[in-house]
Amino acid sequence: MPDTIQLDIARYSPERDESPSFQSYTVPLRKDWVVLDALNYIKDKIDGSVTFRWSCRMGVCGSCGMMVNGEPKLTCATFLSSYAPGPARVEPLRYFPVVRDLVVEMSDFMSKFRAVKPWLVRKEEKPISQGEYLQTPQQLENYKQFSMCINCTLCYAACPVYGLDPFFVGPAAIAMAQRYNLDSRDQGSEERMEILAQHEGIWGCTFVGECTKACPKNVDPAGSIQQYKLTAAMHWFKSLLMPKASR
Amino acid sequence: MDVYSHDILLVGGGGAGLRAAIAVAELDSALHIAVVSKVYPMRSHTVSAEGGAAAVAKAGDTLDEHAYDTISGGDWLTDQDAVEAFVQEAPEELLRLEHWGCPWSREPDGHVAVRAFGGMKKMRTWFAADKTGFHLLHTLFQTSLKYTSITRYDEWFVTRLLVDDGRVQGVVAIELMSGRIAAIMAKAIILCTGGCGRIFPFTTNANIKTGDGMALAYRAGAPLKDMEFIQYHPTGLPFTGILITEAARAEGGYLLNKDGYRYLQDYNLGTPQPKPVLRSMELGPRDRLSQAFVKEAEKGRTLQGPYGDFVHLDLRHLGEKLIDLKIPFVRELCLKYENIDPVKELIPVRPVVHYMMGGVHTDINGATSIPGLFAAGEVACVSINGANRLGSNSLPELLVFGARAGKAAAAFASQQREATPAALLQAEDEKRSLEALLGKTDGRERISTLREEMQKTMEKSVGIYRTGPSLEEAETKLADLQDRFTRVTIDDHTQTFNTNLISALELSFMLDVAATMVECAKKRTESRGAHQRSDFPKRDDQNFLAHSLVARGADGRAHVKYLPVTITRWPPGERVYGQSAEKAAKG
Repeated sequence: MPDTIQLDIARYSPERDESPSFQSYTVPLRKDWVVLDALNYIKDKIDGSVTFRWSCRMGVCGSCGMMVNGEPKLTCATFLSSYAPGPARVEPLRYFPVVRDLVVEMSDFMSKFRAVKPWLVRKEEKPISQGEYLQTPQQLENYKQFSMCINCTLCYAACPVYGLDPFFVGPAAIAMAQRYNLDSRDQGSEERMEILAQHEGIWGCTFVGECTKACPKNVDPAGSIQQYKLTAAMHWFKSLLMPKASR
Repeated sequence: MDVYSHDILLVGGGGAGLRAAIAVAELDSALHIAVVSKVYPMRSHTVSAEGGAAAVAKAGDTLDEHAYDTISGGDWLTDQDAVEAFVQEAPEELLRLEHWGCPWSREPDGHVAVRAFGGMKKMRTWFAADKTGFHLLHTLFQTSLKYTSITRYDEWFVTRLLVDDGRVQGVVAIELMSGRIAAIMAKAIILCTGGCGRIFPFTTNANIKTGDGMALAYRAGAPLKDMEFIQYHPTGLPFTGILITEAARAEGGYLLNKDGYRYLQDYNLGTPQPKPVLRSMELGPRDRLSQAFVKEAEKGRTLQGPYGDFVHLDLRHLGEKLIDLKIPFVRELCLKYENIDPVKELIPVRPVVHYMMGGVHTDINGATSIPGLFAAGEVACVSINGANRLGSNSLPELLVFGARAGKAAAAFASQQREATPAALLQAEDEKRSLEALLGKTDGRERISTLREEMQKTMEKSVGIYRTGPSLEEAETKLADLQDRFTRVTIDDHTQTFNTNLISALELSFMLDVAATMVECAKKRTESRGAHQRSDFPKRDDQNFLAHSLVARGADGRAHVKYLPVTITRWPPGERVYGQSAEKAAKG
């Protein structure tokens, strides 16, 4: 293994640059380093202006998603040595507006995430004094996978539909809706159906499955979208047979 | 300068901040709440907590037993009135989380499951596999989205508290996205910024844990408390400092020295049994286990790697099925970051800086000594953790005291007037000094160099064992670093998302907080819990059954005073685990 590697990093400052360009840095190639360690080496030792988000360095806070050699990755969970001998190209997450260097604008995701009502909806609250809602391990298993989403948005950067249609609500938000729909304690699936069963909702997905491949936490957003399409189709079909009494 | 106004302002959007925000929103929907956080709230470090949250829930356990474990675990430096409130309110807080959708692990009959944890005599730790903090934070964040009275300032960095007319009135903050500096005014402010592990080189703490709230309060004149009590967690992965949760030992993991020997038996921590025994051996408290590691290294019985001494955590006998069911994240982290499969291989571990017992001095409702300023969670010191926190007490702590601080802040805010002109002048002043720092071109000292020197000094002199001379040395070194910080180099002079500027401000916060740790450690000439003085190896209740209160004097230096510990029902006793505890019980 060579002892250094070249990183080509996308640079963009809205105050200085018309458009993004690449800048090359040579960093030590250490066996136990992840891509994020190399970025921090650059920031600490070479150029403090290189800009990126990071925090936990253990794959759970979801801050450090970037494109590495064209693939969406959590840079804290991606070994540098897998790109030897290099060079490796580091870019901001695809399909998002770029704020600066490797930092993207998150507000579109945040508003879509909120739109699916990602909280437990109850028609009637049980008082705390009456204890917990019972939920068997099997009932927990039904939604657990979808509750593992860390909101890193790698799935959006992998999603060709989101690339073409920015109104598409997107994989992580749909998986989150499904996380609550499948929770035995939740009673909000009707409300979420109204939001999702629109053009910008699940019908936008052409089921290419790239989101599931990109997900670092095995959430399987593509699976959630498929499930949801089926439920939504049934819902639509039932609504034809049994129209609501009053409109 | 832009000026915004709210009723209640939360600095920090982690577990404590979100719990406080929801408490205020539920209390009075007319109150305008602002959550200012330097990261999106779901990135907050609560997300990394793994093992669980303690609260009495099962038959055969009592509030008094949880209180006693907490008080003795804290080596009697805990305030017992605070502990009583804590154990009393913890169960309802965890239930509330359940009602908000937290995916707690369950018994076959659908009730919430509990597991064993270090230093706890009964099984009372609720868990969501081994991602408890992650699920707790995401549940709180997602629930908080329901409330329209909560306004979020995501990715805003607070640089100063505005105090005038004998009360806190607002903060100055930088919006990262634009570089804009604004004053955010509020009638009450709750600091919920978490800990400060990044002051040390080897820590489980995320990059954002730079003691911001502690430094903000200290600079504004609020004393910090018990800053010498820094918890080393006994099992971090070498190099990365990634935490291997205590749950790994609670499920039956062994700690082995280089000869494959369960060395804890040599440190008065119990007799090895094949199955885990509560409050014994690997389930002893964190301070004792970390100290045993240092002694074992001195005897030459640890292993050596590129990142220093380490021992092994052995989970192989637990089997793949249990590991995947109960501690899947442990396996994931080992595979992803160490290329080791704990089903078949030993995990290299060493003690790692994990948690700050000390923090901003508050009363039982989170009120600091500055009217209108509250604090909750790791940033605060109530104190329920005393000289050593027990694993799985920090998550219920941030819920119980987050909620209490939220309610107290709401009551305070309802009686307050608008901001004074002097507070706004302070804000203008802060804006000018931030602009000066951003424009600074004559620096010669790299941020990372100063930070690394600070971290090395702290590990060497304020680590698991301290001495008078090592602390004197650290004091001199920190003063030198403070001086060199005035010549810090700023590489980035632009406005947009300037993380270089933020790193400089964080370093400045950490240098202040580090100085308070050194001063408190120097003055406490005894050994208690996580504060071990090689030159004063005994606990000294005569002189030090008291909290250190450290405030900045007119000379700009840290000054320490003492505040007696509150004792309600548990007089100080000997702190014993393993065989000694069995003997003591037999009496």
